[in-house]
Amino acid sequence: MSVFINKDTKVIVQGITGGTARFHTKQMLEYGTKIVGGTSPGKGGMEVEGVPVFNTVKEAVEATGANASVIYVPAPFAADSIIEAVDAELDLVICITEHIPVLDMVKVKRYMEGKKTRLVGPNCPGVITPDECKIGIMPGYIHTKGHVGVVSRSGTLTYEAVHQLSQAGIGQSTAVGIGGDPVNGTNFIDVLKAFNEDPETYAVIMIGEIGGTAEEEAAQWIKANMTKPVVGFIGGRTAPPGKRMGHAGAIISGGKGTADEKIRVMNECGIKVAETPSVMGETLINVLKEHGLYEKCKTH
Amino acid sequence: MNIHEYQGKEILRKYGVTVPNGKVAFTVEEAVEAAKELGTQVCVVKAQIHAGGRGKAGGVKVAKNLDEVRTYASEILGKTLVTHQTGPEGKEVKRLLIEEGCDIKKEYYIGLVLDRATSRVVLMGSEEGGTEIEEVAAKTPEKIFKEEIDPVLGLMPYQARRLAFNINIPKELVNQAVKFMMGLYNAYIDKDCSIAEINPLVVTGDGKVMALDAKLNFDSNALYRQKDVLEYRDLDEEDPKEIEASKYDLSYIALDGNIGCMVNGAGLAMATMDIVKHYGGEPANFLDVGGGATAEKVTEAFKIILSDPNVKGIFVNIFGGIMKCDVIAEGVVTAAKQVGLNIPLVVRLEGTNVDLGKKILAESGLNIIAAESMADGAQKIVELVK
Repeated sequence: MSVFINKDTKVIVQGITGGTARFHTKQMLEYGTKIVGGTSPGKGGMEVEGVPVFNTVKEAVEATGANASVIYVPAPFAADSIIEAVDAELDLVICITEHIPVLDMVKVKRYMEGKKTRLVGPNCPGVITPDECKIGIMPGYIHTKGHVGVVSRSGTLTYEAVHQLSQAGIGQSTAVGIGGDPVNGTNFIDVLKAFNEDPETYAVIMIGEIGGTAEEEAAQWIKANMTKPVVGFIGGRTAPPGKRMGHAGAIISGGKGTADEKIRVMNECGIKVAETPSVMGETLINVLKEHGLYEKCKTH
Repeated sequence: MNIHEYQGKEILRKYGVTVPNGKVAFTVEEAVEAAKELGTQVCVVKAQIHAGGRGKAGGVKVAKNLDEVRTYASEILGKTLVTHQTGPEGKEVKRLLIEEGCDIKKEYYIGLVLDRATSRVVLMGSEEGGTEIEEVAAKTPEKIFKEEIDPVLGLMPYQARRLAFNINIPKELVNQAVKFMMGLYNAYIDKDCSIAEINPLVVTGDGKVMALDAKLNFDSNALYRQKDVLEYRDLDEEDPKEIEASKYDLSYIALDGNIGCMVNGAGLAMATMDIVKHYGGEPANFLDVGGGATAEKVTEAFKIILSDPNVKGIFVNIFGGIMKCDVIAEGVVTAAKQVGLNIPLVVRLEGTNVDLGKKILAESGLNIIAAESMADGAQKIVELVK
């Protein structure tokens, strides 16, 4: 089992004729992801990496039976693409695009209220269920199948955590990058809920960073609801206030959103927080041992 | 992106938000000329820098005649203001706003900001004007009122009215305050603001509701469609290294330490600063070369790091995902040779083609110290710059 995606997920690639999308379409196909189609307005009838291209999402869904999409469309047009995918009633939309204007996302979120679609991202590396399905831009080979769920606001820190786990023989059930923007689709709590309900996930690593209060809210939720151990890491302890640290959402403003406050709340809610990014894996392993889960999670 | 107060007021005026009459001045003569044109008894000489707390730092003076305008203008222009937002080095004043004085009856606070928890824009107001809203929030949270705005409807008049009554705007001025808030909201949306703060909003003796100060910040992701806002950019207010980095699409932020950092990915870049600090070092910068770093970008990144005279060593931390380690290694070697590196360089490579990358570094003939992990690299560079 896994969350959000598995070997049966059928994916279309929005903006498939662009350079980045082509490259990643090939990578995803090689990983074994069922990419069944793509869209690019005016390029319907073409093929990219052997995948048929359609003019609209609706057309692509009708022709292929896709239930998920991944978006590589440039930022000025990305909000429109998300709404098109929601309108076509896909179950899951993963938006990789970075630099979408935040007020565009405010409208997208409003439109999505009451709709069935789950949005992951934007500005995220995507979602991967090892050995089954990879949707996004993450390097597939660092992942191994297993029982630890990973959820993160940062791409490269997710790779770092996954790599540490895989090196230590601990596989992952699913790794979800929720993205570094201030307004995003799926949040920490959505993913934690899914991991909590997934029988194949035994423990979770949650990787946050400065800005906003999503980690604090997630920590409170974990304390009240989570039946599985969670460890964390927060990036940006040394970040100065008032500066956007690369990610649009990574900013300490008005004294809010500091790493120290997040770590304090997480500790208070019983979540072990890794002291440095190089001990994320080690911190999880120690907690697995405490809970008698280490042997069950050791996959190779 | 930030702009100056006088620029913010220029924008607001177009949206029907009442602001005092005023003119920008770059020299003392221009300041005196501006005061003459205003023709008011009293005028205010205000330093224009991208930071709050100007008043307390001596950057805002009330002049009662033209002589005083001249005195204050020559005093403030060229002065380095140190406020709680400028950092200890302060900011040099190069522009002044000469504004008509007004008879302030009471000061309020009005602000628009994105609420991340609800993904909505929120209108906030308080009758505790003039003090920082964070301070009000900490001491008297019951004095802050909020209206959450539905993006489909926009700010509704009843919401603005409710807020005006809540913060005790005099009854006869509520309609003016509503018009003010509606204008402010329209500017916020039209111009892709990330913050619009009016602190203080004032009610005057002659029954006006106006913005005495204006702080507008803009969503840098939306600047492609805000050409007129982009024209307000003042490069004097930005770090030259940050300007240079933005030309190459590098995300760079200058800090006070002496260990230059070059990393791929924003999260990893932040975490790298943290781990340097953890082992007792001080990062000189945040630098994310991005996922698609080319040899050219890496070279430019090196040049920018080295242009900071405080830098005594460099730590390169790369997790090669799609980005292959051998490409990064080539970039590092080319850059190091090109810029003539004479300070310690520690490189930690991990991920795709890592062995090939390490081989390239080892055979380069350069004095590059290889690190086995982030922790190892951080410890090594901290030791080397001691």
